[in-house]
Amino acid sequence: MSVKLTTRQVGDVSVMDAAGRITLGEGSSVFRETLRELVAKGQKKVLLNLADVSYIDSSGIGELVSGFTSVTNQGGQLKLLNLNKRVQDLLQITKLYTVFEVFEDEAAAVRSFA
Amino acid sequence: MGEEQSSATKTLDILLDSTLDSVDEAEKLVLSLARELGFSEDDLHDLGMAVREAMVNAVVHGNRYNLNKKVHLSVAKETDRLSVKITDEGEGFERTGLPDPLAEENLLRQSGRGLLLIQAFVDEFHMGRVPPLGTEVRMVKYRKTD
Repeated sequence: MSVKLTTRQVGDVSVMDAAGRITLGEGSSVFRETLRELVAKGQKKVLLNLADVSYIDSSGIGELVSGFTSVTNQGGQLKLLNLNKRVQDLLQITKLYTVFEVFEDEAAAVRSFA
Repeated sequence: MGEEQSSATKTLDILLDSTLDSVDEAEKLVLSLARELGFSEDDLHDLGMAVREAMVNAVVHGNRYNLNKKVHLSVAKETDRLSVKITDEGEGFERTGLPDPLAEENLLRQSGRGLLLIQAFVDEFHMGRVPPLGTEVRMVKYRKTD
């Protein structure tokens, strides 16, 4: 199964709920396209909920970084929510914990954009 | 596909097409052997990740999706470890020329983390050129005992 993405609005924050695997191929391109659409609509506060993401490879990590860069370049912010242990480990190994703001509580994450 | 079995090792040798489907197939084959050895779920995840990254390197960067080129997957199962060798037919590259993915200035690069992840997820890792053309990645994952 590749990634399934659902987007919802919480106030002025776009929350992207991701489920499945973000890997090279369909998984990473679905993610890239969905985020591109959000940015094109002028959404500048994006919270990516990875609670149901079971697996991310280096290509998926690349998409997270690319998404972070494109939102930031538009003057917005992309933050991460609900990382499982494996995704946390990946961010540690790649030192991307120093790049992404990560939350365990959605309400706190949404408030942080204000 | 060739498969040999002895009391000490079971060896899998297979030539795979240079496609992303082969990445999934290689992961599935290696994990099936790792499960037979009794690897934990965490170790299966780590080994699967390393195999996927090495296969992606072989298919995408080595063979560049060239369907005239194959990826050779070889797996040896011993009592306490799984040894995996993945060889492509690409032109190879100098590892020393690759940017350090952990350097501050490279953290926001979209690619270049594959080898870092492979090394993080297996116990032994070697990579080198093979004559006449190609890159070989060898990795070993030990079964952890409690």
